[in-house]
Amino acid sequence: MTSTTPPLLSVRDLTVDFRTRHGTVHVLENVSFDLAPGEIIGIVGESGSGKSVTAFAIMGILDKAARILSGDIRFENRDVMAMSPRARDLWRGKEASIIFQNPRTALNPIRPVGDQIADVIARHTPAAPAEVKARVLQAMRQVRIPDPEKRMSAYPFELSGGLCQRIGIAAALACEPRLLIADEPTTGLDVTTQAVIMDLIRDVARAGNLGTVLITHDLALASEYCDRIVVMHAGHVVETAPVAELFARPRHPYTTGLLGSVPSLVESVHDLRAIPGSLPDLRRSDLPPCRFADRCPRHQPGCEAPGLRPEPAGPNHLVACRYPL
Amino acid sequence: MSKIVWRILSSIPTLFGVLIATFLITRVLPGDPAVFFASNPAMSNEDVEKIRVALGLDKSLIEQFWIYLGALWQGDLGTSISTGQPVATEMLTRLPASAELTIFAFLLAIAVSIPLGVVAALKPGSWVDQLCRIIATLGVSMPTFVTGLLLIYLFYYILGVAPEPTGRLDPFMFKPPTVTGFILIDGLIDGDPETTWAAFKQILLPGITMAIFALAPLARMTRASMLNVLSSEFIRTARANGLTRRKIVMTYAFRNAMLPVVTSLGMTFSYMLGANVLVEKVFAWPGIGAYAMDSLISLDYAPLQAFMLIMAGIFLLVNLVTDLLAGLVDPRAGLS
Amino acid sequence: MAATHSSTGRLATLRYILSENRLHQVAFLLFALLILAAILGPLLAPHDPLATNPDDALMPPSATYWFGTDQLGRDVFSRVLVATRLDMLIAFGAVGLSCVAGSLIGAVLGYFGGVLDTVSSRFVDVLMAFPLFVLAMAMVAALGNTVMNVIYATAIINLPFYVRLARAEVNVRRHMGYVEAARVGGSGHGRILLVFLLPNILSPLVIQASVNLGWAVLNAAGLSFLGMGVRPPTPEWGILVAEGARFIASGQWWIFLFPGLALMLAVFTFNLLGDALRDILDPRART
Repeated sequence: MTSTTPPLLSVRDLTVDFRTRHGTVHVLENVSFDLAPGEIIGIVGESGSGKSVTAFAIMGILDKAARILSGDIRFENRDVMAMSPRARDLWRGKEASIIFQNPRTALNPIRPVGDQIADVIARHTPAAPAEVKARVLQAMRQVRIPDPEKRMSAYPFELSGGLCQRIGIAAALACEPRLLIADEPTTGLDVTTQAVIMDLIRDVARAGNLGTVLITHDLALASEYCDRIVVMHAGHVVETAPVAELFARPRHPYTTGLLGSVPSLVESVHDLRAIPGSLPDLRRSDLPPCRFADRCPRHQPGCEAPGLRPEPAGPNHLVACRYPL
Repeated sequence: MSKIVWRILSSIPTLFGVLIATFLITRVLPGDPAVFFASNPAMSNEDVEKIRVALGLDKSLIEQFWIYLGALWQGDLGTSISTGQPVATEMLTRLPASAELTIFAFLLAIAVSIPLGVVAALKPGSWVDQLCRIIATLGVSMPTFVTGLLLIYLFYYILGVAPEPTGRLDPFMFKPPTVTGFILIDGLIDGDPETTWAAFKQILLPGITMAIFALAPLARMTRASMLNVLSSEFIRTARANGLTRRKIVMTYAFRNAMLPVVTSLGMTFSYMLGANVLVEKVFAWPGIGAYAMDSLISLDYAPLQAFMLIMAGIFLLVNLVTDLLAGLVDPRAGLS
Repeated sequence: MAATHSSTGRLATLRYILSENRLHQVAFLLFALLILAAILGPLLAPHDPLATNPDDALMPPSATYWFGTDQLGRDVFSRVLVATRLDMLIAFGAVGLSCVAGSLIGAVLGYFGGVLDTVSSRFVDVLMAFPLFVLAMAMVAALGNTVMNVIYATAIINLPFYVRLARAEVNVRRHMGYVEAARVGGSGHGRILLVFLLPNILSPLVIQASVNLGWAVLNAAGLSFLGMGVRPPTPEWGILVAEGARFIASGQWWIFLFPGLALMLAVFTFNLLGDALRDILDPRART
């Protein structure tokens, strides 16, 4: 943890429940991590581990069913959750932005894409229509959309998935935010486009000194583009470490399981291992302190003791395990 | 552009089917038209046969159908047996009354149901939402003729604020010169707002009766569609980009939510056309529904045939218009 | 054993949903009342619904005549109550007919597809182009003015909904794993349709049917209000309203109002029931 630069974003002990017809789901519990200015971190975990909920909670766009029970989210040392709804609206899209998976459905199907970018610009930095249009074109050029003059009047259904995601990125970056959250940005795109979009995100993030949170289930992808990785499991942050450190010395049994289940990270197919079991039922009221315990090969009686927290386990390395590797 | 032409062409088979159906319905109606024409029971079989030949009933069905089409092409909808008048003329004089009432009620229903459905969807569980639910469930449960009678009893008999429910205009008032056929508008054109006001008072109760009928499905659909759109991903994107609530609701959600509602307007309009017959009956409204009904009772089938043809024609037209309208709003339809 | 278990499980779910939602309870209660009135109506009626009594003509509601009397001194309450059976018979008859016929036709069309399917779709389009009430009017006129024909006409105008529903539902299911498995297992088309496909589309059909019951009552009452189908002096809600309408101008509101309310209540019940069934049978549609 570099204590010299103050973090751009700091999430502390974020706990979120979802109230559903089938009971209360304990989606997040005491999620904490930091993001430095210009840093790219990856939040990695299986689907259902709470990655997207974390992102939505930071942006303040959770469903009505969600309840933030506790936690502290600070952006440049400002308490984001204490902002008035109006201030938070003005913060969203201007200082902090998010892009989503399924770029095609994330755009309004019956509004020209240029207008959708213009809506964001006009909202946060009002200007004359000609000025707004010039900035729309500039935003589109920034994400390397060919022939932006023509494309700005196109509708999402007329563009490829990759182009739609570029539009999403252009809208997100149009007002030059300092935080970008990319929620599975390449899910739903074909493989070649995935790499192009990821390169683009990294390039714009580096060029604009953007603090970036990449949310993905793909550990290999995260390792390629991120500085640091936050591993999540069943609503807990189980391990946080710089990429090289995490790969060299994974401490949490879940992380080793994840590393062993990624084809490109193991030496041969025979070394591929699936993680046994599945996520625990998060509706249980008696969830164990370690939610990985039931699946863990190193499970010991001491795991049941309460008060499990991430503890330092090396340089910039945190792990939430009583018996780390 | 070619899609518009294609959409128009695609309604031709249905139109042709409608023509066959309306042609056939008079063939299966009980009794021999020639016998009805020969209303004098003293007529001999020979005379009946002569009339049958005169009416073309001795020809084959196919031939008769072609004759029917030919007549239609020239605007001939047959002759009413009971009045001896050409049906086309009678329909033309009565159509504006029905059209004025239906359109008035349709606009009224849209003006109430769409804001109601939108607000209900924006605040689920609020009193507006409850009101929307109650109206949606009660509205579809109200038989139009009972609603009509109830309104007459309340506003005419008890409160005395509504005029006597007999037609489009107080019998002591003069009809303005016909320009559009809609008294509400013709009164204004004539520079006689008093007539328009009188006509408005007349149309209010039957209009409300029909509107209540159409309100329920429209409000229900608007609410459902709006809820559906509000939970979609692009609304989340708009929120994440910090757009104002007003912008999100009006530009992003509302326009998308209206697409299925607009396409369903044709169906709603069709329901209203069906209810028209009952409402015209209750309010003694001199429209085509009441005319067709009277003809049916006096076993005079040409007006019924024409009525059904006009109804189906209007339905196809309204559906065409709403499809094109939805196509203009929705770029994916490729009409613009 | 397993069957018993699953049926008690379903009953428990039903009880849970009912206890959770007051409106659903009301729906089932009203429905039970309606059915009871239809079955026991003639036994419960305090007066003979057809007996005229000129001395007591046009009496307002009182302890003797709960809903008042009409111009011939007949007891409006008894007439409204006794009419329940006829209106329910028409509704259930018509909806039963169109549901069975429509879903079979639709299932066959959806399963086999092809030219027959295209032609039938066009036919349904033509049918739907007419306002349904007007179509029913014309059909009763064509077939003859009897109660049976009102049932047939109502069944025919409701047919397209079932055909479309069953066709669409079967169409998406016909290539699903369990259907393919049945085919590979040697089941014939008929068996696949009846055993594997139709039971699976029962839920949407039942929901549609309960909503249609409301339409069917409205439709039948509307027709008899116009003097088609049921003939006086047979008590039927639409006719009763039509008869009562003549006395509004002279202030005798009870003759039209009570049958009108009975009609509304019946349609309201079927609509509530439809919502309740949708909630219970189709969890996805819950709001």
